[in-house]
Amino acid sequence: MSLLSLTGIKKSFGAVSVLHGVDLNVDAGEVVGLIGDNGAGKSTLMKIVTGIYQADEGSITLNDESVLDLTPGARRARGIEMIYQDLALAKQQDVASNIFLGREPVRNILGVKIVDRGRMKQEAQVMIDRLGAKLPSITRPVGSFSGGQQQSVAIARALTFDPKIVIMDEPTAALAVREVQSVLDLIRQLKSQGISVILISHRLNDVLSVTDRIVVLRQGTAAANLKTSDTSMSEIVSAIVGGGDVAEAAAHEARG
Amino acid sequence: MTPTHASSTPGLWSRLQEKSIEQLHIRLESIVVLLGLITLMAILSPYFFSVSNFMNILLATSTIGVLAIAATFVLSSGGLDLSLGSVLGLSGVVGATFAVNLGMPTPVAVLATIGAGALAGLVNGFVITRGFVPAFIVTLGMLGIARGLALVISDGRVIYGLPEWMVFLGQGRPFGVPMPVIIFIVVAIIMHIVLAYTRYGRHTLSIGDNENAARTAGINVEFHRLTLYTLSGGLAGLAGLLFATRINSGDPTAGITYELTAITAAIIGGTNLFGGRGSILGTMIGALIMGVLQNGLNLLAVQSYYQQMAIGGVLVLAVFIDQYQQRQETKV
Repeated sequence: MSLLSLTGIKKSFGAVSVLHGVDLNVDAGEVVGLIGDNGAGKSTLMKIVTGIYQADEGSITLNDESVLDLTPGARRARGIEMIYQDLALAKQQDVASNIFLGREPVRNILGVKIVDRGRMKQEAQVMIDRLGAKLPSITRPVGSFSGGQQQSVAIARALTFDPKIVIMDEPTAALAVREVQSVLDLIRQLKSQGISVILISHRLNDVLSVTDRIVVLRQGTAAANLKTSDTSMSEIVSAIVGGGDVAEAAAHEARG
Repeated sequence: MTPTHASSTPGLWSRLQEKSIEQLHIRLESIVVLLGLITLMAILSPYFFSVSNFMNILLATSTIGVLAIAATFVLSSGGLDLSLGSVLGLSGVVGATFAVNLGMPTPVAVLATIGAGALAGLVNGFVITRGFVPAFIVTLGMLGIARGLALVISDGRVIYGLPEWMVFLGQGRPFGVPMPVIIFIVVAIIMHIVLAYTRYGRHTLSIGDNENAARTAGINVEFHRLTLYTLSGGLAGLAGLLFATRINSGDPTAGITYELTAITAAIIGGTNLFGGRGSILGTMIGALIMGVLQNGLNLLAVQSYYQQMAIGGVLVLAVFIDQYQQRQETKV
């Protein structure tokens, strides 16, 4: 039984049809790589999963329950988290505010619901420590942090509320070599805890090293569904570009 | 002085600054400017430093202060409300019409005054969020529409003679403190709590900081904006009530260019012109700076023409300093 199941997802923006009926299944604890060229529809598909966009057709179920009618906030509450490529951080707010954005815990004081800053700071610190991230201070605006530190905040936000599935959009694109390894380690760690991950990445080596399965989107359809242990760089590249002579491109990718 | 040195051993000033921003949501510079201005005025004018004059300053600040609260909420959400002064004028005229021309009881007239402002704000918010017209244009349009409507309703004349209880709101002095000052302080405290300590307030700042982040966090950005402009209009209505009851009449020309002073006060108080940062306590300091400046210039018998120039100059100067500091802070 799949944790997350997408069937026949179609989406167009005005006259431009982006997705023509995509199927995608993710099991619990499975790491799925979602790859494809620019404009293949990867980000659109994931924004449909998180509820930022509405699908024109198709169904989305989480644990066999449809989430189509839920708002982005409600889907997050059900356990669908996404780490966006631009991280979607409020740069002038501090770490705790970002982690709890939209889900701030409140205390009732004289009938007024007051945001519980103390609890937010405490839990944010616990989460940051658990990730082993080094931040100058959790009361500083996140805009003053380095790229890797900001990413830690975005990851901490996705993991604080016990997600069932975490979608990562190009999490390693802007990182230093050492930081890339720690993100890949984190994905393995999530898998071992039974949390599913959908990894969108152009770095095929990263995808090959960490995923169980690779789904290739091409021109708005799922062009290939490959088991990572049975596939090769050339097969993946061939699926991305759509056949033809791919030896040179595959060799280039394999060199990393 | 190297940046690494400065960050490894923060000086007394920056430690105090961090505490002040964390606990009170006030930048220390604004307090220093306020105290400096008070000292300067006290030296320049023998009439400045007295309890009764301070009451005058607070009384004069109360109307602008309420508008500045509205400006703080809207600006820190990344929006803009240029119609504050005109909506103030419209609300006062609507209230006076209800009370004087229609003979409605005071509570009804009071609600009508604030409601007229909130309605104008709701219209602003509706066109901005549903019509996708930039806030600058919508509220600039409302600046003209509300002023025109105030003149139409009142036939261009001042409506005199409000009922006794309404006048009390503007002129009463329980325990020697003017009613507008009491109302202003109570509203400021409530709105400070709302902006700094409630989810509504935190979401307001987040929307102004990164609209996309707020949306992906599940916040209904459009609806939130709609409520913010309605709140802004309602506060402008309250300011209109304070103004009208203080002068005991509904004046269709009340509040012209007040939005300029209100936005200036908010920005001096540390509100980010582009959203994401703002606090009502900071804005109160900003409003007091404007109040002390105007009062001091009055006592020094400076012509009001020059005062307008001073307000405009202070606005540009405040934004300049804010931008300068942000460039310094983000410099690597």
